[in-house]
Amino acid sequence: MIETIKGFLILTGALFMLLAALGILRLPDLLTRMHATTKAAALGVILIMLAVAVHFGDVAVVARAFAIIVFVLMTAPVAAHVIGRAGYFVGSKLWSGTVKDELRPNYDPLTHELKSGLETDANARHEPRDSDPQ
Amino acid sequence: MTGAIWNLLLALAWVILSGDFSGLNLVVGLVFGYITLVLIEPQVDALKGYPVRVPRILKFLGFFIKELVQANLRVGFDILTPPWHMKPGVIAMPLEARTELEITMVANLISLTPGTLSLDVSDDRKVLYIHAMFLDDEEELRRNLKEMESRALELFR
Repeated sequence: MIETIKGFLILTGALFMLLAALGILRLPDLLTRMHATTKAAALGVILIMLAVAVHFGDVAVVARAFAIIVFVLMTAPVAAHVIGRAGYFVGSKLWSGTVKDELRPNYDPLTHELKSGLETDANARHEPRDSDPQ
Repeated sequence: MTGAIWNLLLALAWVILSGDFSGLNLVVGLVFGYITLVLIEPQVDALKGYPVRVPRILKFLGFFIKELVQANLRVGFDILTPPWHMKPGVIAMPLEARTELEITMVANLISLTPGTLSLDVSDDRKVLYIHAMFLDDEEELRRNLKEMESRALELFR
């Protein structure tokens, strides 16, 4: 029974990683590639780590496996966001099948200001915040 | 936060007093500590809201894992079949989250669910720009994102 669970977890994990690799090759532009690589690969790592935890069943190994899962879940979206954002603003072309882009008209490439499109006269004024860099 | 610390302290006390230093016994201690805290919650102001928060976190985890697997299968199907079914696009989502920490958590959760990737926050922190892979049904997608956001915010507030 446990053998079957382990086998299932490892095989599906490897399958999701394979999907991520295929996604890099097949998908048409940077942003869609980021979709495939980060999430499918993260899910693959999580499944394989669960299989490791089930196989060893030892407190030290299980704790480490869960630590790996938590760290992957914390870092993967940040990396995807940073790469995707940098690529978008540097000007990597979106795929020709892209249906809409609500960011482009709100972005000013000269001042790097990004509007929300919800501004009224009152809150469109630039007000310094505590978190602004000095 | 104080509730979580007390829960952990009670669990440690359980482990030390019962003399069985294993991970499973720590989990047992956590469960008993939680039951104790639920029982004394009406008398202690510092614990307000802790009992409802734990089942909420568990429910959110379940919801999130379901979304993760479902959407991963959808992206996987599109990668494997030759014609492209996807309709990618960038949409603007008005944020309910106000503080920097809340926005960070919401953006990370959105990035983690396949099919959506948070790109940037507007300078006035009111709108999150999201790259979505499947824009066939934009209303549906916006509803899902909103649900995810409000569920995540419930955990912090």
